[in-house]
Amino acid sequence: MSAKNLKLIKNPLSKENPITVQVLGICSALAVTAQVKPALVMAISVIVVVALSNVIISLMRNTIPPRIRIIVQLLVVAMMVILVDQFLKAFVYDVSKQLSVFVGLIITNCIVMGRLEAFAMQNKPWESFLDGIGNGLGYGLILVIVAFFRELFGSGTLLGFQIIPESWYAANGGFYYNNGFFILPPMALIIVGVIIWIHRSRNKDLCEN
Amino acid sequence: MKNFSNKYIFIYATVLVVIVAAVLSSTAVVLKPYQTKNIETEKIQNLLAAVNIEASFDEAEDMYKKYFKEELAINKNGEVVSRYDIATDKLEGDIRPFAIDVKKHQAMLKSGEDVAFPLYIYEKDGQKGYVVPLQGSGLWDDIWGNIALASDFNTVIGVNFDHAGETPGLGAEIATKGFQEPFIGKHIYDANGNFTSVPVKKNATGNEVDAISGGTITSTAVSDMLYNDLNFYQNYRNKIVE
Repeated sequence: MSAKNLKLIKNPLSKENPITVQVLGICSALAVTAQVKPALVMAISVIVVVALSNVIISLMRNTIPPRIRIIVQLLVVAMMVILVDQFLKAFVYDVSKQLSVFVGLIITNCIVMGRLEAFAMQNKPWESFLDGIGNGLGYGLILVIVAFFRELFGSGTLLGFQIIPESWYAANGGFYYNNGFFILPPMALIIVGVIIWIHRSRNKDLCEN
Repeated sequence: MKNFSNKYIFIYATVLVVIVAAVLSSTAVVLKPYQTKNIETEKIQNLLAAVNIEASFDEAEDMYKKYFKEELAINKNGEVVSRYDIATDKLEGDIRPFAIDVKKHQAMLKSGEDVAFPLYIYEKDGQKGYVVPLQGSGLWDDIWGNIALASDFNTVIGVNFDHAGETPGLGAEIATKGFQEPFIGKHIYDANGNFTSVPVKKNATGNEVDAISGGTITSTAVSDMLYNDLNFYQNYRNKIVE
């Protein structure tokens, strides 16, 4: 893989991260991160949708009339999202119930339309595919980090496995309580804020004057 | 940038829409059996949950065959119109009670049609009992569940409730153990044999269950659902108890 192509995957993980730098896709980052499992499934769904719709749009890019390009993009994204939703309902039903409306809302996830318009319309399919994977991973990375802290401190579990020892809990004579605030959406916003803070303090060129 | 004629744009859009429609409808048809199976398994899990058996997705069907004996469809005169034997897979009547769409039948009942509702017969630890499916409207959307009764068709063995979109932290609490456990041991008939259901109220006493603070409308909806749905089976109950 050439250095230029590798950059397409690596950049969105850090310096061009869709959530912390481009500030796209925040809404779903708040909604599906109370536990790690739905966050992982959401991340995979978004990677699949961005990568495949990037490829499709890239293949069609020379035939799409500019005047209706947004509608064409929307149609392709909507198709991909419905396909993903149908597959989740058929093969991971419990997760699809948890994600409920948020899978459908990938259609309105700014990341997807943003990458189609900014990248896939001008680039070849392979590059577009890598760009989609990169941005999906960048999104998923933040989602999983946020979910890690929210599930650990909010429920004392990770991926459903008990991490905080049962004997610590006040109900069993210990001293520990789960922090209910971590379960609520505002905590996701605070964690995303902290990630942006750390990220920018380590990358001075991201800071605005 | 290339110029595209109006004709090209129209044809392009039409062809694209037709292709997308074809892809989506064929996927839907192919995946339908898997999705239906998932919904059925969840229904079975909920039935088992009402008799306090937790079953994982994979073992649900085997557990159902182990603990549930019969499915009946009961009309409003208390007559059994269909009977399905779970162990032998034998059906008497025209529809398997499990397949009855309770919500649809409730609407038909309201418009005066003569419809039947399912009743499940289980046997756990040598004790026979009944499970009544429940269906109602919460604050935002549908709520549903099951209530398991002992062989006297009176003592509550267990309940389970679920919802489509009640407020998280408030109305959605009906789906938690904390709300459901107090139902166990309550009675749906009083000492004189009058039907009372199990009312859900603030400051509950005696045979009542405490409502969720902040979730009053959903709690009332659960109370109404229990009353209305159990009420339908009264004629059947009178036949089997006397």
